Amino acid sequence: MSNKPESYLQIKELWKAFGEFVALKDINLDIGKGEFICFLGPSGCGKTTLLRAVAGLDPQTRGQIFQGGQDVSNLPTSKRDYGIVFQSYALFPNLTVARNVAFGLENTGRPKADIKARVAELLALVGLPEQAEKYPAQLSGGQQQRIALARALAINPGLLLLDEPLSALDAKVRVHLRHEIKELQRKLGVTTIMVTHDQEEALSMADRIVVMNHGTVEQIGTPTEIYRAPASLFVADFIGETNKVATTYQNGRVTLGSVSLTTKMQGVAEGAAVTVAVRPEDVVPHLSTAAAAGAANLLPARLMDMEFLGSYWRCHLQSDILGGQDLIANFSINAVRRLDLKPGLEMAVELPAERVLVFAERA
Amino acid sequence: MSDTNLPSGPNVTLKLDRDGIIKRAFMAVIALYLIVALALPLYAMLSKSFVTYSFDLDRYEFQVSDDAGTFGPAQSAAAINEQLAVFSDGQLRTSSDGRLSATALFPDFSFRSSLKYRMRGTEEDAPYLVGLDLQNTTEWQEYDSNTFRRINLRPVKSVGVQNYFEYFSNPAMFSSIQNSVFIALVSTVLTVGAAFGFAYALNRSVMRFKGFFKLVAMMPILVPSLLPGIALIYLFGNQGMLKSVLMGHSIYGPIGIVIGSVFFTFPHAMLIISTALSIADQRQYEAAESLRASRWRTFWTVTIPGARYGLISAAFVTFTLVITDFGLPKVIGGQYNVLAIDIYKQVIGQQNFEMGAVVSVILLIPAVLAFIVDRQVQKKQVSLLSARSVPYQPKVNKQFDMLCLLWCGAMAMFIVGLILVCQYAALVQFWPYDLSLSLKNYDFNRTDGGGWAAYTNSIKLALMTAVFGTVIVFTGAYMVEKIDGLKAGRGVFQFLAMLPMAVPGMVLGLAYIFFFNDPANPLNAIYGTMTILVVSTVTHFYTVGHLTALTALKQIDGEFEPVASSLRQPFYRLFVRVTVPVCLPAILDISIYLFVNAMTTVSAVVFLYSTHTALASVAVLNMDDAGDIAPAAAMGMMIFYTNAGARLLHMLASRRILRKTQSWRGR
Repeated sequence: MSNKPESYLQIKELWKAFGEFVALKDINLDIGKGEFICFLGPSGCGKTTLLRAVAGLDPQTRGQIFQGGQDVSNLPTSKRDYGIVFQSYALFPNLTVARNVAFGLENTGRPKADIKARVAELLALVGLPEQAEKYPAQLSGGQQQRIALARALAINPGLLLLDEPLSALDAKVRVHLRHEIKELQRKLGVTTIMVTHDQEEALSMADRIVVMNHGTVEQIGTPTEIYRAPASLFVADFIGETNKVATTYQNGRVTLGSVSLTTKMQGVAEGAAVTVAVRPEDVVPHLSTAAAAGAANLLPARLMDMEFLGSYWRCHLQSDILGGQDLIANFSINAVRRLDLKPGLEMAVELPAERVLVFAERA
Repeated sequence: MSDTNLPSGPNVTLKLDRDGIIKRAFMAVIALYLIVALALPLYAMLSKSFVTYSFDLDRYEFQVSDDAGTFGPAQSAAAINEQLAVFSDGQLRTSSDGRLSATALFPDFSFRSSLKYRMRGTEEDAPYLVGLDLQNTTEWQEYDSNTFRRINLRPVKSVGVQNYFEYFSNPAMFSSIQNSVFIALVSTVLTVGAAFGFAYALNRSVMRFKGFFKLVAMMPILVPSLLPGIALIYLFGNQGMLKSVLMGHSIYGPIGIVIGSVFFTFPHAMLIISTALSIADQRQYEAAESLRASRWRTFWTVTIPGARYGLISAAFVTFTLVITDFGLPKVIGGQYNVLAIDIYKQVIGQQNFEMGAVVSVILLIPAVLAFIVDRQVQKKQVSLLSARSVPYQPKVNKQFDMLCLLWCGAMAMFIVGLILVCQYAALVQFWPYDLSLSLKNYDFNRTDGGGWAAYTNSIKLALMTAVFGTVIVFTGAYMVEKIDGLKAGRGVFQFLAMLPMAVPGMVLGLAYIFFFNDPANPLNAIYGTMTILVVSTVTHFYTVGHLTALTALKQIDGEFEPVASSLRQPFYRLFVRVTVPVCLPAILDISIYLFVNAMTTVSAVVFLYSTHTALASVAVLNMDDAGDIAPAAAMGMMIFYTNAGARLLHMLASRRILRKTQSWRGR
């Protein structure tokens, strides 16, 4: 993001405690207007708690929230400006689809014809113009969630909150709806926060991801930043897959047995205990150390096992240098064919210096 | 990593919006209702039970003049009494209304004599009456003998456990406890046994007529608990047609109470056990069968453990119903005293309210105990249910099905039989001499008890209880279940809502006398009106309605409120548009429950009705008391027709409303 959008929502030094248990610790966030933000993390990390604090459903214990320049920290829900969609859809079962969508529009002095037009517009927007007179129970899960979205958007909220909106749906519907929600959000330009524990969902939908763990923010960044340059071992581990080895850091290098690897990672203390992490797809295959002349960071390895996963091969390698630990590598179909890789082959792998991630052990 | 300790400072609290204020106001109103209609009266009763009234002779001094008008030495009343032994200690204990004639201390007193009398209190509180004027002074007052004869000492109030001490040292009173416990135990064993057989047949056999049996099992709910007593009198009483069956034993007493108790507690126990049996898991039975367990062994290792919570719960509910019931022992108890009767006798018969309060407190103990056990058991019962259970499907077994049919048939005959006897007795000219049929017993205006007006009053009470009660109960449950924040407040509220289940009707009624009949209470105006009857009935039956409403509300998505609020809609709009329509079946159930119970209840209202607000159920009691048993049976049957009609109407209305408003339940 080169030109940063104007700031819309700020969270400052926010804490949340449930009795003795501190669920959120010193959260600071700045969300730009029109951004699509995902709160991502394992269950119990505090992502939903943070969303509920933003919504005013479970107010924070300390700290402030500003929305559109206004301090909303202690405003009740009804005085804030957002629409919300829950995992359960929370559609009113005894009202038709049209009345559900119209719920926030009625009782506001709008003329009836106006409301009707707006409901039709919203139903068209979510792609369900024909379903207005049906009851929620007559719709599929995906359709219900789209109605819930239309209902939340009806009042033109400045902020859209999505609490695991896709978790209750089938895998296929989920992927489809993922795309649709993102499209819709881009079209309307509404600032959106989505809570999810599904990294794929977060990576594919978010402009920026807030990775959370144990009530703290681990990293804030674009999907590529989060994936390519994880700020902590937790992030590297939680998003995507990594091979991990514990060792020490010395002078820009980490030592694995007799092999010493170069890394481009900065800011690691000299002599610190570290964990080296390499993603399976970053491992480069070579027939032998000799065949990879000129390459640095080479490890001799034996190819133990190969799984065909359609678009690539997932390979299990073992190296004396790593002891008994498996090294997982994803090799392209091309590479496997070119090098004629087979289980049992003695080969070499390259761990490119710019892809070798080094994380200091946490105290 | 950041510091993990919460920084110091005040907690963030949200500003109140209009919604929040309205919610809190609503909750306050309903909590206030429960406090005024339940907590305060119970407190008044409890404190009353510790109050004693006695004449304290140490507090009075007398002087008597001679004929010349010269006064002799002052003597305390206590000293005089000690010399003359006029009053025993027992005579000095009294109730709040007690009066003690001062002249009794002066054996030579004559109102025609010219002697003069002086008296005064030796301490601040020494009340006495001169005629109707209350005096309370430490100054000497002089009276001529004609005035002196109109002087009565008044008792002073003291607080202590004296009443309880007296209660437990009175063998007649104490035997009531034994009687009550005995009756309740025997009835519980019989009812739970009978109900288990019935429920087992309904759930575990494929016998015919299940629908009919279910209907019959619920019939006793539609009549006052004393109606089976009347039927039993016709069958086995002094002029009963089957008197010889008892072989010389009298139906008036424990036998009658037990049989009647089985009748009126049967539906309650049957419902609870049936629910427990209906959640059986087919897979457990398949497992038992694959292990080649015998039917008998399967019954004891699978069925009984699975239903144990239901059985325990049913036992405690039955025990509580019997021990707190008043109507049945009143009608058929004869000389056999039980606790509930003692309260009635103390209050209505002897006007000894303090002792009535003592018995009430004692009656509260088993009821509260049963209530606590029942709540614990209910919690466990719920956790037995799992979404993956496969419902039990009974298989055909001709022999067993026939056995079930016989058992249910016998119980149905017992229930329908007693009601038919009542009906027959109500229609007969003059039992047992003239058995020709007539409607003269329905001419209630010819007998005491309130006449047809009592019946109309009952209808009024039932309708008002159903309408106001449902509104209060449902709104209250909504506040407990769906309002965010105010955790402590909701906890107290929930406790208050559960409390009525543990309070026997007699106790509630007496508590109302103490609280509302106090002239110092600004709510005193409702005493003796229809309002107090409605309030007491709603409160008496509050808990079951509350639980029904809670169950329905728990099934509603908890995220409706946040959604509505994010759409900037007030909560009451959601309540009216969504919550109430979705819960309509439960709301209708609550209202019919309140209606039926308001028609049949005797225990609380028997202390609270006035001549203008006589009720049909109380009329049954009073007519029976006066010996007009046939009209009593006729009035009891009127209650039955009304409740049966109301149930039918409720069923039709429910169906119609459901079809109209619940079409969304479609799939």
